[in-house]
Amino acid sequence: MLTTALLVTVMVNGESVQRFVEPRLSLADFLRRDLGLTGTHLGCEMGACGACLVSLNGSAVHSCLMLAVQADGLSVDTIEGLAESGFISDLQTAFHERNAMQCGFCTSGMLIAARECLAHGGVPSREEIRDALSGNYCRCTGYQSIVDAIETVAIARAEKEVGGPV
Amino acid sequence: MKCRGFRYCRVLTVEEAVESFVSCEGEARFLAGGQSLLPALNLRLSAPDLLIDISRVEGLRGITLEGSDLRIGALTRHVEVLHSPLVAEYAPLLARAARFVAHPAIRNLGTFGGSLALADPASEFPACVLALNAQIEIAGLSGRRRVAADDYFLGLYETALEPGEILTAVYIPAGRTWQRVCFDELSRRRGDYALAGLAAQATFRDGGEVLTALRLVFCALGSKPMRAQAAEAALLNTKVDAVAIEAAQHALSQDLSPDEAEDLSSAARLHLARVLLGRVAHALREGAC
Ligand SMILES: Cc1cc2nc3c(=O)[nH]c(=O)nc-3n(C[C@H](O)[C@H](O)[C@H](O)COP(=O)(O)OP(=O)(O)OC[C@H]3O[C@@H](n4cnc5c(N)ncnc54)[C@H](O)[C@@H]3O)c2cc1C
Ligand code: FES
Ligand code: FES
Repeated sequence: MLTTALLVTVMVNGESVQRFVEPRLSLADFLRRDLGLTGTHLGCEMGACGACLVSLNGSAVHSCLMLAVQADGLSVDTIEGLAESGFISDLQTAFHERNAMQCGFCTSGMLIAARECLAHGGVPSREEIRDALSGNYCRCTGYQSIVDAIETVAIARAEKEVGGPV
Repeated sequence: MKCRGFRYCRVLTVEEAVESFVSCEGEARFLAGGQSLLPALNLRLSAPDLLIDISRVEGLRGITLEGSDLRIGALTRHVEVLHSPLVAEYAPLLARAARFVAHPAIRNLGTFGGSLALADPASEFPACVLALNAQIEIAGLSGRRRVAADDYFLGLYETALEPGEILTAVYIPAGRTWQRVCFDELSRRRGDYALAGLAAQATFRDGGEVLTALRLVFCALGSKPMRAQAAEAALLNTKVDAVAIEAAQHALSQDLSPDEAEDLSSAARLHLARVLLGRVAHALREGAC
């Protein structure tokens, strides 16, 4: 059953986008198919793998568990926008340096989860970092290096904040 | 998988939501946080004709103290329950349990009311509201009513909500300083649904030594949140020492008879419940939860 398309206006990576969408179109497919933003990945489409995370009004959410029509009037940042903004460049560098990615399928989701985990400042424990990543699967790295990378950035940011080693 | 097509409408009041539901000719579903409904649609376990998006309805969100009750609006997100200072002070059991509910990104969208409306037997919040003796507020065509948690959970995914009714808020008697609460659960991985979970609220008297009131509610061990009254009786008016705890663990077979699950025998599930009861009873006694 195809149903009438609805007009939605979504702020995507800081730009207002208007499109007609079918109600059943997921936010993930809207971003990937309609807007060509394929940095958001789709694995399970049921909330289990975390490959599809985007930032909605500043919070990490699964774009497979949200309809494009639900995002009407809201603001979505994808990995493309976050990378371009420079806000996560330290995380990207640390992931690279620590070998925290291999195939890269999970990486955009990991970065968005990591960004949220570090958003409140301070240096989370490795246990807390693992907790923050509990909804993100990685089939390659074994997670250790991802936790290392996030921890490195947390410490570096904290040092920058107080202007000296913690 | 992708979900089937459906019609979609967004409503801004409870009345409009109920109206849209009853006037829908096919199957209608309310959409709140979508964190249970969208997986079900994507897996094609459910294929409604109309989704009524209630997520922007006024007045259904937020946590307030009203008289001697803590009111949690249905659309309050799990993450808000987790971090709310009011919850930490007046219903700390919920703050403890919220850490066990799914993963951060799901907690950012999933709603407290959605969890209670769905009534998944493995869910943490239903067990908590039953342990806290809460009242559930429901709105329908004929106005609003309140149902005690004791009468709200009826069976597997079955509640006192009638088709077309909306769960609007939950009223929780504000916790007293002398009450102790504890939530703990066993799961395979963090964020997974519980294999066994236990919510408890207790009162100790006589210098905090003798247990005089107790509500124990298990999740993931029956078709709905399960109150364990035989185990409660075994612990009441004791100092919750090793003997009393063992008696309560023994009595648990009168309260719970879990079916065999895919990969766990009935006996193994009861065993997990007993382990958990031991931990929680100990934590309550020590006031260390
Ligand atoms: C990977 C994964 C892991 C999860 N793990 C857990 C877990 O460990 N513990 C846990 O408790 N939950 C878990 N969840 C579920 C999550 O907590 C859901 O958010 C919650 O169960 C439903 O809330 P919602 O707002 O998303 O509801 P929706 O998905 O929007 O709705 C669920 C159902 O409730 C109905 N409904 C919703 N709100 C109302 C209302 N106010 N009045 C009447 N009917 C309503 C809807 O019509 C629908 O039938 C998990 C989900 C996923 C995807
Ligand atoms: S694709 Fe969204 S969680 Fe797997
Ligand atoms: S790098 Fe391949 S899935 Fe994580």
